Amino acid sequence: MSSETLTAQETDWKQPSPRKVAMIFVILTESALFTIFVVAYLFYIGKSLVPPYPHQLLHFPWLGSVLLFGSSGTIMVAEHHLKKGSISGFHLWWAITFAAGVGFLFWTISEWIHLIYQEGLTISTNLFGSTFYSLVGLHASHVLVGAFLLGLILFMSLTGRIRHYHHEHVEMISWYWHFVDCVWVVVITVVYIISANS
Amino acid sequence: MKAAHHPGGRDRDVIEGTSGIVLWPNYLILFILRICSALKDRREKLIRRALLLVIATLPGTAGAQTADHVRAIQNIFHPLSKPAELINDTARLTLLICLVIFLVVGGLLLYSVVRYRRKSTDDDTMEPSQVYGSNAIELAWTIPPILIVIVLVLITARTVGEISNPHFPKDPIQLRVIGHRFWWELQYPDYGVTAANEIHVPVSYLPSTPRPIQMTLDSADVVHGFWVPQLNGKLWVVPNHRNMMWIQPSSLGTYLGNCTVYCGDQHANMLIRVIVQPPEDFEKWIAGQKAPAVADPSVEDGRREFIENSCGTCHRIAGTPAANGVFGPDLTHYMSRQTLGSGVAVNNDENLRSWLRDPQVLKPGCRMPDMKLDDKEVDLILAYLKTLK
Amino acid sequence: MPNGTTTVDVGEEQLPARPGQERGTLTGWIQDLVYTVDHKKLGILYIGMALVFLVLAGIMAMLIRAQLAFPDGHVVSPETFNSLFTMHGTVMIFWVAMPLAFGMANYLVPLMIGARDMAFPRLNAFSFWLTFFGGCLLFFSYVGAPGLYGSGGAPAVAWMALAPLTSRAFSVGPSTDYWSLSLLVAGIGSVTGAINIMVTIFCYRTKGMTLSRLPLFVWMTITTMFLVIVFLPPLSAAQIMLTLERYLGAKFFDTQAGGSAILWQHFFWIFGHPEVYILVLPAFGVVSEVIPVFSRKPIFGYPMMVAASVLIGFISAGVWAHHMFAVGMTSFGVTFFGIATLAISVPTGIKIFNWLATIYGGKIRLELPMVFAIAFLFQFLIAGLTGVMLGVAPFDWQLNDSYFVIAHFHYVIVGGILFAVFAFFYYWYPKVFGRMLDKKLGFWHFWLFTIGFHLTFDPQHIAGILGMPRRIYTYHPGRGWELWNLISSVGAIFQALGIIFFVLNLIWSARKGKVAGDDPWDAWTLEWMTTSPPPDYNFEKLPEVRSRRPLWDLKHPDDPDWKFE
Repeated sequence: MSSETLTAQETDWKQPSPRKVAMIFVILTESALFTIFVVAYLFYIGKSLVPPYPHQLLHFPWLGSVLLFGSSGTIMVAEHHLKKGSISGFHLWWAITFAAGVGFLFWTISEWIHLIYQEGLTISTNLFGSTFYSLVGLHASHVLVGAFLLGLILFMSLTGRIRHYHHEHVEMISWYWHFVDCVWVVVITVVYIISANS
Repeated sequence: MKAAHHPGGRDRDVIEGTSGIVLWPNYLILFILRICSALKDRREKLIRRALLLVIATLPGTAGAQTADHVRAIQNIFHPLSKPAELINDTARLTLLICLVIFLVVGGLLLYSVVRYRRKSTDDDTMEPSQVYGSNAIELAWTIPPILIVIVLVLITARTVGEISNPHFPKDPIQLRVIGHRFWWELQYPDYGVTAANEIHVPVSYLPSTPRPIQMTLDSADVVHGFWVPQLNGKLWVVPNHRNMMWIQPSSLGTYLGNCTVYCGDQHANMLIRVIVQPPEDFEKWIAGQKAPAVADPSVEDGRREFIENSCGTCHRIAGTPAANGVFGPDLTHYMSRQTLGSGVAVNNDENLRSWLRDPQVLKPGCRMPDMKLDDKEVDLILAYLKTLK
Repeated sequence: MPNGTTTVDVGEEQLPARPGQERGTLTGWIQDLVYTVDHKKLGILYIGMALVFLVLAGIMAMLIRAQLAFPDGHVVSPETFNSLFTMHGTVMIFWVAMPLAFGMANYLVPLMIGARDMAFPRLNAFSFWLTFFGGCLLFFSYVGAPGLYGSGGAPAVAWMALAPLTSRAFSVGPSTDYWSLSLLVAGIGSVTGAINIMVTIFCYRTKGMTLSRLPLFVWMTITTMFLVIVFLPPLSAAQIMLTLERYLGAKFFDTQAGGSAILWQHFFWIFGHPEVYILVLPAFGVVSEVIPVFSRKPIFGYPMMVAASVLIGFISAGVWAHHMFAVGMTSFGVTFFGIATLAISVPTGIKIFNWLATIYGGKIRLELPMVFAIAFLFQFLIAGLTGVMLGVAPFDWQLNDSYFVIAHFHYVIVGGILFAVFAFFYYWYPKVFGRMLDKKLGFWHFWLFTIGFHLTFDPQHIAGILGMPRRIYTYHPGRGWELWNLISSVGAIFQALGIIFFVLNLIWSARKGKVAGDDPWDAWTLEWMTTSPPPDYNFEKLPEVRSRRPLWDLKHPDDPDWKFE
């Protein structure tokens, strides 16, 4: 790889880490994608012609939020352990993070089952249904990808393939996970606070 | 308008007159007329009359002051309606500014390329002096563009305000235009009249007695665009988003326009005709449209065929309960129109027969299906429609 | 090192074989291209793909011009015509202009910054193949789309696919799905490609290649790729919504359910206008490299050029609604977007002035790349000025959706971007293939294409002023449009002839062209330091850079640039 040859002759010539730069741009492009769905959701608040409306259905997502925000903390603890070289601590906290991510997905599934079968809100019901499922679904799909990555690292680590010098690789996954968390803050604000109270 | 007859069924001499090039001198005259119209009242009348006499003698403008004169060439720099004139003033100024910039910058480019090209006598080992830039110069040439932009922004804001928020002297004539794929439904709520495709409006001869027409644009299906360049700029006709537009035509004539937003197969033939009439003629036309449909007993068979073939599912004929459709144009006063198929062809026997036999021949892709009528049915329905004056 | 001489003539001598460059069999050659992760080969693949699609979409344009040459044309049916302009627009933007931008960046950026390859070579290949298969998916609609309802063929919704025309009700059959899915696929390819190029530029510069020493082409690429990363996702989001609407009955743009047709337009143009700069900035980059070398002067006001392009990138985010002046916005909206639109002409104007100042006082060699670059300047000036006219909202109410707009953006895309791309070909072909493009064929190409371009697009301005709307498959005689359309169609033939000369030149010169040598133009950027064509690893030893013109320093040790930095 070129990075080795380049770094070999480097003395006072420092450039940023490609992984970090790449992840920054991934997050940037994902943010742009989410922005459009958020704008669509905000634009259509109160414009649905037929019920149900958000204030009738939506309750603050305590369980989901606790799981997701908590996992942002545990992933930092896990990272810290890896940096220090404590693989077993890393295992523990990483597994908790993974479990929280999977738990969030199950929580989303149960919410959707409730909305679809009990409340009769589907993506084709009205503008609220379309924008709600697309925005929350887009976020959930990112949690799914994140959970898959977490699981992959967990598997590799349990089979002894993650060492402390992999901390930058692991850090990138945690950046992504934090990003998914930040999006959830926006989703809560827009969907569960603004629209549910308007 | 005289419909010259060409064999072949597709003749639509919707247009009389000459090509664009021949008319250029007239545009010049009309431009002078525009300048003169800035003069006030009496003097204006005199000059206008004198100039009108001159113009009338020019080829191609004979009959320029009748509603039958088809204004097929819709030059945006030759406006004949208040908002279009406002746009024209802005447009000409913008054009002038751009032309000056083009001449200056283009001239500099040409000069530099010619002056500094390598000559065969040059010593190739010598490089020209290496200039890396100059902050002072760059600052200097950033300022003129900014000034130009400020000027353009100001004139934009003014004209946008003038056109978007007009002050109508008295209640304007209300006109509701509804775009359908691929025709225009027209409603005159003040008069309770529904028509299609051919907009009749009265003229405002003089700026002192304006008769503006306030149009409400709605769409029944997809996005369309309404554009008759000599009357106003275009405005989109968007479903679930009502737009307002006004015109105040100052000259008689039949103005041609188009749907400007792609709306499907027959977007190209979603044509507009605006017939600007003397106010008396306009009132006459309104009265005709308000009258109930002609019930001629001699075409009773045709009327029955019309109903039996379910034409009434889509088309309305006032006073006929079985013909109350809203998907196609209102046919109550069909024969008062100059064209059929939203301007695709002249409204004459030959074209109407072709249309009834299979609309997809004249306007392939239009919403009216081939009704598979036989010759006898076509003849009967044709005879019936011809009575709907 | 001698100055001023353009080429070293070494006759018909074969190029020396280099590691990884041996001529193999045809299948070996194809295998090599399919398996490759090398940025140069992927660059060639991008550009080759763009040329194939250019010819296909060009044939569509010829059919469009044939139909419109005379009033009441009967060359193609209305449905065919509508799918022709939809495909022509979509293909030209997404599978010709964008791959050209990516191809040029792919080939040149690592060479210009002194890297051995892209940051993520396999991701690079992935991006290319996604774009390629996206294009194949779109073209597959010709055979795949005739569906259950008897309606099908290629999509016929125009390239901006205004809702609700794209809904199931008005667009029956799957052809519109091919349109949105292929754009989605190619969009992912573009974003991953853009991230890759960005990372390469920020993390793999050779020693001393600071950001302030990057060649201007690389700076333009940074701005372009930033715009791709931030403004392509809105399009993808809109396509996702459209697909959800067409398959799951979602209501995003369903006006019957209270949805807004205008929201689609906002989403589309939030992408659509930065897209214009995505296409034009690489062209600026090419011209900013060509003009200094052939004027024998450094670019005038390098920091200003960089600032101007970054500024263009930022302002372009706030101008999208000038495509919607006629939609029926509030006068506040019209004025705001009008100001932003006119404001963007300031940095663009600065760029033109800087190019002019670079030419001024130089010693201009009128070689083919420079000739195309000068034509670019001239035509881009006109395109910019017609753009100013369109930016003045009231004027736009007349000109929007007319042939004037067609003429304006073809002036940008053909007269501007394509001419710069031709300059790119004539300038860098010797580097890529080791042989010069033939001068005689090249000038034939230039004159035929330039004359054809002006014949085609100049009259369209007038047709638009006379009220000819865009996207019509036919028009009645007598509306003053006949002559202008006829001239336009004749011009299209000239353009096609020009392209034939160009393609012949590309093929002929690859085998028979004059051998170029490493540095045929006596240029100053790093790519001319290595051999032509460059070896797989680009540079035997990575060079160290001390100024913006490393090769000038090398050639003029007595008067190096770095003394002035």
